[in-house]
Amino acid sequence: MDLLNAIITLANFVIIPAIAYGSQLALGALGVTLIYGILRFSNFAHGDTMAFGTMVTILFTWLFQSWGISLGPLPTALLALPLGIAGCALFVLMTDRAVYRFYRAQKAKPVILVIVSMGVMFIMNGVVRFIIGPNDHAFGDGERFIISARTFREMTGLQEGLAIRTSTGITVITAIIVVAVLFWFLNKTRTGKSMRAYSDNEDLALLSGINPERVVMVTWIIVAALATVAGTLYGLDKSFKAFTYFQLLLPIFASAIVGGLGSPVGAIAGGFVIAFSEVTITYAWKKVLVYALPDGMGPDGLVQLLSTDYKFAVSFIILLVVLLFRPTGLFKGKSV
Amino acid sequence: MTNGNPYQDDRGNKDRSITNPAGQGSPMPRSKSGKVTSAPGGPFLIGEAMTGGYGKGPDILHECTIAVERGEIAVIVGPNGAGKSTAMKAVFGMLDVRSGRVLLDGEDITALTPQDRVIKGMGFVPQTSNIFTSLTVEENLEMGAFIRTDDFRDTMTQVFDLFPILKEKRRQPAGELSGGQRQQVAVGRALMTKPKVLMLDEPTAGVSPIVMDELFDRIIEVARTGIPILMVEQNARQALEIADKGYVLVQGRNAFTDTGKALMADPEVRKSFLGG
Repeated sequence: MDLLNAIITLANFVIIPAIAYGSQLALGALGVTLIYGILRFSNFAHGDTMAFGTMVTILFTWLFQSWGISLGPLPTALLALPLGIAGCALFVLMTDRAVYRFYRAQKAKPVILVIVSMGVMFIMNGVVRFIIGPNDHAFGDGERFIISARTFREMTGLQEGLAIRTSTGITVITAIIVVAVLFWFLNKTRTGKSMRAYSDNEDLALLSGINPERVVMVTWIIVAALATVAGTLYGLDKSFKAFTYFQLLLPIFASAIVGGLGSPVGAIAGGFVIAFSEVTITYAWKKVLVYALPDGMGPDGLVQLLSTDYKFAVSFIILLVVLLFRPTGLFKGKSV
Repeated sequence: MTNGNPYQDDRGNKDRSITNPAGQGSPMPRSKSGKVTSAPGGPFLIGEAMTGGYGKGPDILHECTIAVERGEIAVIVGPNGAGKSTAMKAVFGMLDVRSGRVLLDGEDITALTPQDRVIKGMGFVPQTSNIFTSLTVEENLEMGAFIRTDDFRDTMTQVFDLFPILKEKRRQPAGELSGGQRQQVAVGRALMTKPKVLMLDEPTAGVSPIVMDELFDRIIEVARTGIPILMVEQNARQALEIADKGYVLVQGRNAFTDTGKALMADPEVRKSFLGG
């Protein structure tokens, strides 16, 4: 029995990756929940908005790399991120002008907008693949690890290593900053309050002199920023592939719904619930159990509840259970 | 909803996990304001010979006229479905006025959107959904002052003086308040713009008689500060008592128009609308 090594293994393979993945999902779910709360529909194009923003970031990263500009130990993508956000915001605003605005003027029922967003999803999907191609792209550079497994082992003399990758560190720090700024914006600024007012009661917001088109514009810009940040962090952590981003839609929606659609706090909590469930259920527990259990009682099998190929099933099952037993989500969102 | 617009048909969808129907806006007759022309003379605010209805629907108002003078309280009463609230919305530009016009302070504002009418100095308290339930009381008032760029703290102090309970509950979400307190938030929100005229759609709907008396007192207090008030009321008797001018609407038409006292004394009005 060796509890310390068990904990280190657990942290290395479950806790740290789940925190990084959870932060990425939380940022994605925040975008979905903002659109749901303010524009009143589930945006199926969100995964592809993330892909588009990340693509722009990657293109600028390549440009900077070709100029020889870098951030030293940090990935160049961080430098390109603001440009990626701007490019994504521009594209999303153009989409709003060309597509969504028409339906808004008609006061179209939200379900129509859901279907419209699906159309937008297909187009964005195509645009991204047309520009950057359907293949995998790894665009992370700079230092790979904050602490590598070997350094950790040498430092502590333990058998197991605990690696903290740069991308993980950046993900967590960026997520904390972004969430703090977003909550400050929504709760303390005049524009943020007007967005909450518009979400609460559109007609009364109009009667108070709040310009609905401005609220919608600011919402799209924030959503584009959240999507680009989430997408870029995910891409740095893993790699960029248009299809993977499209698939992220399911865990992101599961996160938003588990937390309670329309509730920003819920979106964050939901992101971590989904990430931890997905990672723990698809992780092979053998190594941890061998360390944790008394000698000789360690399992022979892998103790993996579900193959990683089925990781989406986890989101799906959580989604179903929540919709059956607590449809408003953990934090009392607006969905019923 | 069968108003002929296919986009406004939800095709039976009730799935709240993909759609959020809460707080969605209603269709407004125009999204851009037209021109304001000068029309001197006449009452401070008047909806003159207004005929119109919702969207492409039939006319609800027929040659209906309501007006309020400076420093006065005007009250619209009438049976259910008489078009009282509709007349109010028509004055505020939330209804398509097909003929007739709306004048405010010597200007023809018929072509303005509701939000531009707010900027012109009209304050409106709708009958339902008249507060932001998820925002705190203080945030509700701040949103009321959204169009103001100057310092509105003194106005907020005035509102708190008028409705002291709101000051106590300023940090509480408005949705957690009682019916009477919600109405105070609603009126307070409208007062935050420093309106030149205040329009109240059934401010005492759904509150207890004691609270109702208190609300009437507060409304008179607001009127004393010089803001003309145009009000729709279910409690015809109580409303006409405080009214300088009363309008009795029946089926979207003016049935009787006189001072509040004269209407109270009119045997026909008493018989039909005041229960003898």
